[in-house]
Amino acid sequence: MARYIARRALMTIPVLIGASFLIFWMVYALPGDPVRALAGDRPLTPAALAAIRDEYNLDDPLLIQYGKYMLGLLQGDLGTDFAGRPVIDTITQRLPTTVRLALTAIVFEIIIGLTAGVLAGVRRGSYMDNLVLVSTTVVVSIPVFVLGFVAQYAFGLRLGWFPIAGLSDGFRSYILPGLVLASLSLAYVARLTRTSLAENLRQDYVRTARAKGLKPSVVVGKHTMRNSMIPVVTFIGADLANLMAGAIVTETVFNLPGLGRAVFDSVLRQEGFVVVGIVTIFVFFYILFNLVVDILYAVIDPRIRYD
Amino acid sequence: MSETLTTPQFAGSVGVPVLEVDDLHVEFRTTYGTVSAVNGITYSVNKGETLAILGESGSGKSVSVQAVMGILDTPPGFITSGSIRFHGEDILKMSSHKQRILRGPGIAMVFQDALSSLNPVFSVGHQIGEMHRAHQGASRREAKAKAIELMERVGIPAARERVNDYPHQFSGGMRQRVMIAMALALDPEILIADEPTTALDVTVQAQIMELLSDLQADTGMGLILITHDLGVVNEVADRVAVMYAGKIVESGTIDEVFTSPTHPYTAGLMSSVPQAESKGTRLNPITGQPPNLAAIPAGCSFHPRCPHARVGSAAAPGRDCAVEVPDLREVRPGRKSGCHYSEELYGE
Repeated sequence: MARYIARRALMTIPVLIGASFLIFWMVYALPGDPVRALAGDRPLTPAALAAIRDEYNLDDPLLIQYGKYMLGLLQGDLGTDFAGRPVIDTITQRLPTTVRLALTAIVFEIIIGLTAGVLAGVRRGSYMDNLVLVSTTVVVSIPVFVLGFVAQYAFGLRLGWFPIAGLSDGFRSYILPGLVLASLSLAYVARLTRTSLAENLRQDYVRTARAKGLKPSVVVGKHTMRNSMIPVVTFIGADLANLMAGAIVTETVFNLPGLGRAVFDSVLRQEGFVVVGIVTIFVFFYILFNLVVDILYAVIDPRIRYD
Repeated sequence: MSETLTTPQFAGSVGVPVLEVDDLHVEFRTTYGTVSAVNGITYSVNKGETLAILGESGSGKSVSVQAVMGILDTPPGFITSGSIRFHGEDILKMSSHKQRILRGPGIAMVFQDALSSLNPVFSVGHQIGEMHRAHQGASRREAKAKAIELMERVGIPAARERVNDYPHQFSGGMRQRVMIAMALALDPEILIADEPTTALDVTVQAQIMELLSDLQADTGMGLILITHDLGVVNEVADRVAVMYAGKIVESGTIDEVFTSPTHPYTAGLMSSVPQAESKGTRLNPITGQPPNLAAIPAGCSFHPRCPHARVGSAAAPGRDCAVEVPDLREVRPGRKSGCHYSEELYGE
């Protein structure tokens, strides 16, 4: 197992290099001149323009630009944005917001999604099952920003339970955006759990567990759930990586200064260093959580061995 | 239909049967209609006795014991009438809690396919020891010690080293031994073995059957053996009940039923077994298919396939095979047959 993890960790290096190059190339290929756009209506003098272009290596060919970036990276320098602010500062400042938001969302996803899925899966065709099926269908079909606005209006404005936007209220500020961010995945988790549980309840080993005289709660909660969790854990793990990366809409609606917003803004401004730095972190999260999921597989299902 | 199958010699020697199943009916209510899987079966099992329930797939033999075990899938399966008495007390009238704690120490079950019947994600030691933990409140350590002891008892080599292994790490025969160890954990009074050897190699089949009969001799438990394998029945059973379309069509001691059947279905089964001395000749199967349990033929359910069926004007009064349902009745001491014409066909 240790060797497997070491091998997987080594494999992340080429993946990160490849991913960062692809992103670098894509930003490079964007049409338009970021420096001119930066200057706005008042044109810069040719000398100032050249100075900025030179500082960010914008006149070099792609590979030279990338090479210079990587050299800086090896020395721990992620570069700066056009305002002269180090990229690493942007990341360290914004990462905690994104992580908190993602963790809040994943907690909702696990608690509500699993509970709904289990209630529905245990008795297929019951009132509860239909309720879960209908409500998850509704949630899946509503766009996230609509859900966000509705949540702001209902719980923020009318009921006043949670702040409408921003980070003014500590932990409570994350509850509404977390719930909205979780809503889509929550519906998937509920459905996946329901299907997986219902399928496993038909297995022979469940009949054996009943024949052993075990309590119904043990038959379902222990024997069936452990087997049903395999696809659900895969989904939640991959989704956690997703949540870390892709909360642009939610962060915008709730005005949260997270990494999603940062990467979106810097794509618009064609700030290559910022985009590459942040997206490479996203890629790293993906690799990390995928590894965690693969390890969890072996923990849940002893038939899976990595040797 | 309230008589039991107990033969006089057993009834005399061991007293009240441990398990009595009386006129049990089970049906499955599906969206496509009602399937009558078990249609009034009656039998009993004494301490130390082996009853074989013999039948083709779809004859209701597994469903009947699942009903006894209380593990029918409800819905769609429902016990519609009858009683299942354990030491005289009707299990069907017990509270669900009492039913549950009976499973294990009272009645235990060994299933057909040990690979799918054991939980793949728990070690075999855990699954065996779970019986002691759930029913006797044993500690983890005690449960593990008991599991090792049981694994040794059912002949699993290096039990101490293998107790933490998982089902997929065992061979088919060893897995079935694990199932047996699990079923035996609480010294059940009745052990139900539902086709325990069907999924195994022939050589391993013999070992498992030998193990079951040795364990039975040690513990004095009653054994219900569900099988379609005439050879298995012949080796270990004391009595046999032959099932067809959810009913018992013939019962008696193993030697008598095998040497002189009193029902055309049993006779057909016996003559369809390949024999070494008749090598080169054609097999002699029963023609036709077992009936669809959603549409069991009227009268005797076997009559469409029966070479001796008497229908219409050929039938004796009140014994038209296509109209009148034959009762299971005593045709000789200790022998019961569900054929209208048993006496005519097979003598008194």
